[in-house]
Amino acid sequence: MQTANINRLTPYVFLAPALAVLVFALLYPIGYMVYASFLDWNPSQRIGEAEFIGLRNYINLLGDESFRESFVVTIKFAALVVFLEMLAGVGLALLLDRSIRGMSVLRTVFILPMMIAPIVVGLMWRYMYHPTVGIFNRTLKSMGFEPIPWLSDGSWAFASVVIADVWQWTPFIFILSLAALQSLPSSAIEAAKIDGATGWQQIWHIKLPLMMPVLIVTLLLRLIDAFKVLEVILVLTNGGPGLSTEILALRISRTASEFRELGQAAAMSNVLLIMLLVLTLIMFFYNKIQETRAARLRAAAEGDV
Amino acid sequence: MSARTSSTQNSAFLALMVALVIMSIGPIFLMLTTSLKLNVDIMSDTSGLLFVPTIRNYETALCNLLWYEPAHVDYCDPTFGRALINSLIVAIVSTALTLVIGCMAAYAIVRFRFMGRDTVSITTLIMRMVPPAVLLVPVFGIWTFQYQIDGTLAGIILVYVAMNLPFVIWILQSFIVQVPIQLEEAARMDGAGPFQTFFLVVLPVIKPGLAAASIFTFRIAWNEYLLANSIADRGSRTVPVTIVNSITEYDIDWGVIMATGMLLAVPPIIFTFVASRQIITGMTAGAVKG
Repeated sequence: MQTANINRLTPYVFLAPALAVLVFALLYPIGYMVYASFLDWNPSQRIGEAEFIGLRNYINLLGDESFRESFVVTIKFAALVVFLEMLAGVGLALLLDRSIRGMSVLRTVFILPMMIAPIVVGLMWRYMYHPTVGIFNRTLKSMGFEPIPWLSDGSWAFASVVIADVWQWTPFIFILSLAALQSLPSSAIEAAKIDGATGWQQIWHIKLPLMMPVLIVTLLLRLIDAFKVLEVILVLTNGGPGLSTEILALRISRTASEFRELGQAAAMSNVLLIMLLVLTLIMFFYNKIQETRAARLRAAAEGDV
Repeated sequence: MSARTSSTQNSAFLALMVALVIMSIGPIFLMLTTSLKLNVDIMSDTSGLLFVPTIRNYETALCNLLWYEPAHVDYCDPTFGRALINSLIVAIVSTALTLVIGCMAAYAIVRFRFMGRDTVSITTLIMRMVPPAVLLVPVFGIWTFQYQIDGTLAGIILVYVAMNLPFVIWILQSFIVQVPIQLEEAARMDGAGPFQTFFLVVLPVIKPGLAAASIFTFRIAWNEYLLANSIADRGSRTVPVTIVNSITEYDIDWGVIMATGMLLAVPPIIFTFVASRQIITGMTAGAVKG
């Protein structure tokens, strides 16, 4: 009798701590943020003392030049880094897809940039971009070229943060696409070879189409992460010069801590969150569709046999 | 295909691989060498690899943790040493807590058929999507005014446990599913209660999963800056927070700051070389399975 009771309670006992943490430290804060976005609230007030102003924070965003600017910068940044990283990552995977010695070393070394703190990545690149002692300008100088204002000119600063991100995250796409390539059915590639397909034809007509599902998920994952980037840019440029590298995440943190407008920052957070939610849902349903399609194909193949 | 073309091809590939490895490690190597240089050497025009390595920068950063007083340190700034201790406490405690809580939840979900696996994947996916910047305002408000744990290490730890839990539950349940139920039934036959079964039978079997989960959790807790910065006060700053603080100063002491960066980078680098296989598994699983 008593054991039966214990058994019925066990799952709840096992789940309780996790549920408590998730509710109090995750769900509640997110709900709190949605509520805060309707308030005129500064950090010296308790939330109860803040004035309820309805949608005014959101309406303010529509007319806010610098918010629009950082919205554009964020989209430009995310689109550009993901494009470059996909190009380089998939390209390298196709090129290095063969059993050569040293691949495991390369893969291990390639994870390093992703494991190290983004703050440290920013630090390393800021040093390399240094106007006088940085390795880039030193090399340029020794070859007799003009130094480049890596972080002090708007366009160069944007290029600089893009380069740092490409360095850090191309390996992610390389590793995922290499895994996808190596799990392709060898029969399809063998058949193409027998039919006399050249290397390029194999890549265009067999490998890339077969990798497509994984590539699309990889792209979406990377895109979501690119919208979240903050620390590397914070250390490199802190959004400047001007607003040239001020991505949304940075704008949110600045609105909250420098301008002390918590309600406004919460409204911006919501905009960012909704954008990411859309991307996440696209990815989730894409995955679902792929799974059912794969299951149907498998069933059909078994029917053939 | 003649032997010669394949051998030139192979050396071309080898060259490409070497180039990629150099590109990947280059910046880290540069940070290491800079951290071993005196400022004179950093600023001098000629020095590349020709310098006398010194651990002075590390001594300056860690001066309050050393058992001796380095002669070149006039005034010992304890900021970094304190932050290093804070970072260690935060990372270790939040990893341990996340694993214990996550393990139990994953076990309940798998064995007692709670919620669906879909619920867990969706939560994980959605959590993966939430940028820390979005949590900035609510965490500030709630931690300061309601829970009143701002400025404490416990406050920082709570955020990290919450951030990492969905992923840890998700990855651990995929390991727990593979534990044969017979094993547990046998333990129960021998008179073990549900908790004994869990701790003595299930946990030892899913060790690889625990390793992968703890690396990912530790990495986030160790590296995170934004939320730690909004919660911490002078006494509870973590290493990333002190690094950002010292880089906004007008006169950057590159030697010392690179030494602190190197110290922050060391644990993740060690993990990478010890457990690269588990890390890659965790990464690819996240993408392929969603």
